[in-house]
Amino acid sequence: MTEADHHDRELEELELELLLEAVYRRYGYDFRGYARASLRRRLWRRADLEGLRSLSGLQERVLHDPHCLERLLADLSINVTAMFRDPTFHQALRRDVFPELRTHPFVRVWVAGCSTGEEVMSIAIALHEEGMLDRSRIYATDMDADVLARARTGGFALEKVRDYTRNYLAAGGTDSFSGYYAVTGDQAVFDPDLLRTVVFAQHNLATDGSFNEFNLVICRNVLIYFGRDLQDRVLGLFDESLPRRGVLALGRKETLRGTAIEERYEPVVEAERIYRRS
Amino acid sequence: MTDRRLIVIGASWGGLQAVGEILAGLPGDFAVPVLIVQHRAEDTGDLLAGLLDRRGPLPVREVEDKDTLAGAGVLVAPAGYHVLVEPDHLELSTEAHVRFSRPSIDVTLESAADALGAGVIGVVLTGANDDGAVGLAAVRRRGGFAIVQNPETALVATMPAAARSSAAPQAVAELSEIAPLLVQLADGEAPHAA
Repeated sequence: MTEADHHDRELEELELELLLEAVYRRYGYDFRGYARASLRRRLWRRADLEGLRSLSGLQERVLHDPHCLERLLADLSINVTAMFRDPTFHQALRRDVFPELRTHPFVRVWVAGCSTGEEVMSIAIALHEEGMLDRSRIYATDMDADVLARARTGGFALEKVRDYTRNYLAAGGTDSFSGYYAVTGDQAVFDPDLLRTVVFAQHNLATDGSFNEFNLVICRNVLIYFGRDLQDRVLGLFDESLPRRGVLALGRKETLRGTAIEERYEPVVEAERIYRRS
Repeated sequence: MTDRRLIVIGASWGGLQAVGEILAGLPGDFAVPVLIVQHRAEDTGDLLAGLLDRRGPLPVREVEDKDTLAGAGVLVAPAGYHVLVEPDHLELSTEAHVRFSRPSIDVTLESAADALGAGVIGVVLTGANDDGAVGLAAVRRRGGFAIVQNPETALVATMPAAARSSAAPQAVAELSEIAPLLVQLADGEAPHAA
């Protein structure tokens, strides 16, 4: 991107808002409340790849060409994920959250913004090793139908196995990670038996409502892409979905501090951003 | 006189030592927020902020999502996250690595230049790749002040050399000169170009 392309920040901001408004009104995808700096970066990347010199140009193409919208949606959904990402988080979950979950006859977990499913697989393994998977149901949602389709297959790149094995051990895995997947070509496929309690469903945190009550809601590194108002909306959604003593787990750099629901929650493990509703 | 609103320091191989020396040279009442982007392994937690906190009088901590810039002190980009800059706050992203790095120095410098224009001071220190070169050029282009550690005396020359040739920085400085230069710039003095 060159200087001339978007030197006038006020004009660029206007073009950006019009583009988001157009995408919302034409197609129903609502990115208006997203965090701006990262959104702007990704919109410009799409404009550059399309050979366009302005966000207005991108707006015109998106409005008239649904294929361009598909490409834009792929750019706007961040699907970088890993199994047992932040091993100390998963350790804390097993150590400080599972003991109370165990006292429930049935456990409902919501993984919001599950992307290609690596976190879902991690949680399923942990519930399995703690003997709770049979009486659990994991609801895994994402706004992006394509990544959900990939998540349902349980497949992941074989080259990731070494990292995931290391994470699994660091996260307090008690068995052998190699027992949880089979290898076909350059793909590893997660044991389908462990995914049998998972319900994958399309759900957009920006526009959809609460759909159940959960003992544990996990939403990691999703809120960072939302602006403050949208963050408040989504936290309200989680709040409605959690009973008393329900647990909310956020990403390592996301916090309830300073939010509208803060006062109803106490930290279970502050460093890992695990909170319990009081 | 330009209102300096953010200092971004990018470092890679050998950076812990170099950044520490700069922080040791900044006074406790230094008013411009400093954002450090240091390459490192993703699973190092907030170790780096703890180590740097001991190097000087300014408090050092990791960036939290939507941190406000005003009065922020010294912030460190968390391992495994890119840091992007808006006019009054910071955003985090787990988007793909850029030039094998997350945090990426280019991502932060470009976005700082975009949001704050001439209010940005960009500093590129020792390192073994060319991250920071594109970003520092963006800082320069938007009217910000670009500083590069002298590649001849940096622990690893690759990164500052790449930044020097791409950004035509206003200053190529010895490590020991950088903190005094930042103090001068924060006070609104215009040092002569190197």
